[in-house]
This record gives sequence, C-alpha cells and structure tokens, in this order.
Amino acid sequence: MHASVRQAVSVNINPPTVNPSRETAAPASMRMSINKVNFFYGSKQTLFDISMGIAANKVTALIGPSGCGKSTLLRTFNRMHETVRGARLQGEILLDGKNILAQDVTQLRRRVGMVFQRPNPFPKSIFDNVAYGLRINGSKLPVADAVEKSLRHAALWDEVKDHLHKSAYELSGGQQQRLCIARGLAVEPEVLLLDEPCSALDPISTAKIEELLVQLKDLCTICIVTHNMQQAARVSDFTAFLLMGQLVEFSPTPHMFTTPSDPRTEAYITGRFG
Amino acid sequence: MSPRLRWRKFVSGFMLTLTGVCATVAVSVLFFILGYLVYHGGSSINWNFFTKLPVPVGEIGGGMANAIVGSAKLLLLASLLGVPIGFFGGVYLAEFSNSSIAFVVRYAADLLNGVPSIVIGIFAYALVVLPFKHFSTLAGAFALGVMMIPITLRSTEEFLHAVPRALREGSMALGASRWRTIMSVVVPAAYRGIMTAILLALARVAGETAPLLFTAFGNRYWSPGVSQPTASLPVMIFTYAISPYDDWHRQAWAAGLVLLALILIVNIFARAIVSRGGTILR
Repeated sequence: MHASVRQAVSVNINPPTVNPSRETAAPASMRMSINKVNFFYGSKQTLFDISMGIAANKVTALIGPSGCGKSTLLRTFNRMHETVRGARLQGEILLDGKNILAQDVTQLRRRVGMVFQRPNPFPKSIFDNVAYGLRINGSKLPVADAVEKSLRHAALWDEVKDHLHKSAYELSGGQQQRLCIARGLAVEPEVLLLDEPCSALDPISTAKIEELLVQLKDLCTICIVTHNMQQAARVSDFTAFLLMGQLVEFSPTPHMFTTPSDPRTEAYITGRFG
Repeated sequence: MSPRLRWRKFVSGFMLTLTGVCATVAVSVLFFILGYLVYHGGSSINWNFFTKLPVPVGEIGGGMANAIVGSAKLLLLASLLGVPIGFFGGVYLAEFSNSSIAFVVRYAADLLNGVPSIVIGIFAYALVVLPFKHFSTLAGAFALGVMMIPITLRSTEEFLHAVPRALREGSMALGASRWRTIMSVVVPAAYRGIMTAILLALARVAGETAPLLFTAFGNRYWSPGVSQPTASLPVMIFTYAISPYDDWHRQAWAAGLVLLALILIVNIFARAIVSRGGTILR
C-alpha cells in the first residue's frame, strides 16, 4: 500500500479547483478502512487479505479484470454481500473508526449508499423513487425540497422537473442511472458506492456521470468499481488494482497510471491482459 | 420434381393442415359451447331471471336471483380465506424460505391443487358442516377458499420470483428492511401478475359444483347471513339439468350461459390488467 494513503491524518483538503493537482491532495483523512478482509462464497475464497483505506471526500476506484473480486469487495462496504446465501466475511471494515459488521445493517446502509451496474429504478414515479429512501427512514425533512436537492446534485433536475410524477421507466438509461444516484444521495450518505455504474450506458451518458462524480466529492466519499481503466484514470484520486482476489497495488491514481510499482499492474494497464 | 421431393412436400403440407385444423377445433369448442348455451338458454334470460326466486315445479318463469347472490357471497368469502393465505404463503415461499422448506411447501401446494374438488367438498363437510350440524354458505366458501389457496400461492410466488433482484438490492441499499422492501417495491412491481392470478383463481372456483354439493347444498329461497344453506349457480345448473322438466332445462342452460359469461368477463378483465402498461420487466 502506498505510504501517503496510509497516513490517516486530517489535513486541509484543497478546495476544488479547475485543475486540481491530485498528487498533492493525496494525504487525506480516511472515511473507511478495510483490514485483512477475506471473503468466501461457500467454501470458495474470493478475496484474500485485503487491506486498504477509502479517503474522505475523494474518489477511490477499484479496477481489475472480470472476476477479480472488485464488485465483491465493494459490496462488503455496505454489507450487501449478506443478501447472497453462503457468503461469509472475515476481517474488519471500519467506517469512521467503528466496525460496520457490528452495526445495525439498515443504519449502515443509510450511511453507505450504493448505485448498481444496471439502472434499477423502482416501478414508481420519478419523485417517489427519490423520496423512497427518505420515507423509509422516517425523515422529518420536507420531502419535496430534499427530492429537488438530490435531483439537482445528480444533474437531473432540469430534465425531469416538469414531469416528476411520470414513471421512472420513461427515462432513458442514462437518466435512470442518474435517478438512481439521486435516490442514493437523498438520504445524505457519507459514502456512495458505485458498481460499474456506466457499463450499461452510452458514451454521452457515461461522460455526464463521470463529470457528476467529480462534483459529488464535496458531498460525500465515493468508491467506484470500473472495468474501464480510462474511466478510473479520469475520475479517481486513488486506484486499487485487484487480481484474482488479491490487492496487487493501491496508489494515487496518477502514480498508478504513470509509474506502477508492480509488474502485474503495468501489464494490466498497458492492455497486455484483462 | 423427384418423387422423393414430392413426398416431402406432401408430408409438409399435410402436417401444416393437420396442425391448423387442430388449432381451429380447439378454438371452435369454446364458440360452439357459447353458441349452444345461447341457443338453448338465451330465451330464458330476461329481467326476471336476475331478479326473481325460483318458482315451484309446474309454474313457468321465475329466476335464479338467489343463486346469483349466493354464488357472489360464496366467492367473496372464499377469497377472504384463500387470497390472504395464498398471497402471504407465496411471499414467504419466494422471499424468506430456504430451498428445502420451499420444496416441501411448493410440492404440498401442487398436490393440494391436484386434489379432486369432490374430496375437498368431503373435507369441508367433515370440518365445517358436521360440527354446525347443517349446510351453510360458510362451509361452501371454506371449500372454495381451500381450492384457491394453492393457485394464489404458486402464482404469487412465481410473479415475485420474476421481479429482478436488482430492485430488491436497490431498496436494501437504501437501508430498507426486507419486509419493507417486499411490501413497497417487490409486491408493487408484481401486483399486476398477482391480481391476474387471483382473478383467474376466482374464475376457476366460480364454476365448481362438486365441493358445493354437500357444503352449501342448495336453497329454493334467499339465504340470509352465512350460516344457512345457499343456492349457487353451478349447483342450480346441476339440479335443474337432471330434473325431468323442460322449463327447468331451459333455465339450466340460461344459468350456464350467465356463469360462463361471468367467467369470461373475469378472464378478459384479468388479461386487460396484464397487458395494460406492459410488463414489470423492461
């Protein structure tokens, strides 16, 4: 693990600028730390001794070839792995210093939201989709205001403000995915996990979501799984490279893509496999 | 053209015709029945048929108002029993049970679905009629309700299984509990299918005669409340059809026509629910 990442000291985070030098912004406080996580599906081990940190208000990307365990790792961060029978986790995952495995899972998921590979809006109106999280959590906030705020954050408000009560299924794929991001943001999570959020989208929708992620950093901490290395290079501050369930390299993104320290990383990012 | 090729063309044409004829027969049976019912029973259908009680033998006319109301009451009570048990059982099966329990429940439901309706009638007789010492609407509704359980349960399960896993995950990832997820996301996504299944189950038991013969029995008069024997359309058809009177025969045909029309309407309505707004899956 790169030394600068391990430093869990709180320093002044550079205010976002047009061209932030991501290398210098590296030492940041950790929102989550993952300590020696091993993961099993039944008797098959899919993650081996993973330790890494998720820096607060940064974008951390998990990359690697199909089946390397990057989605599995991401899903442990809000315990979504528990919805699968036979899944077992060893190790420790800390959110703000507290082990998430010992917490109430619904409370945890309110703080650590998730956006999935394929847009999965509920069969409800656009408004109700975004309001869903607020309603189930019994939020006291005026729902309409919160819905507007979330849709604005997800850069969707201008496109949908005139038909909030239409079915979410009438939106395009890219809009649906931004709706899902708005839905996740509505409960004001501290961390937003995204599992290949652009893999089912066209390049223009992808560009919109990438732009959005960079803006959302101010709002919450972001961790994104992607099979697209260019995407990781474009949006992330830190990148973790996984291979066959092992964490091969974890460094600031510019470092990873210019001077990778592990030959396997270099082989992967130069396109020799995967 | 070689003889071989000619033979092959002949076989192909012959089989195509055969399948077409069979398909036509299958469809025409329904229209044949409908036409036959209209021909024999149409003349007896008038305002009196829907509003008057049956008249004594020998008198011409009268109606089956009590049987129509009786059937409606039986179906309503049967739904109150069969739909909740079938629905929640189906939810359990689809969402909570592990595979071995699910296997047992599913198998039992399929067996129950295959139990002859007359046997269900005997069961209801032993369980409801004997303790109360008389036939009743309640006993008939119980028998019909039992028949609705496996149909509702299995179709609820199937429609819930068809809801994409992604929707469940989306809800759980927002901090919703499993029950909350099921009730506010999964069931709404599947409700059209479930509603259709319930309507079809209702249509299926609406025509059942055997389970009513010794539970609801029959009645020439109105049946107040739920504890008296009651008339119902299928049993009325049975009684009138085996009677030696021509006017009763005509009335039986008319009752058959009314019953079939009601079932067809429910079926068409159910299909309309499904097709409206497409499926839940994009």
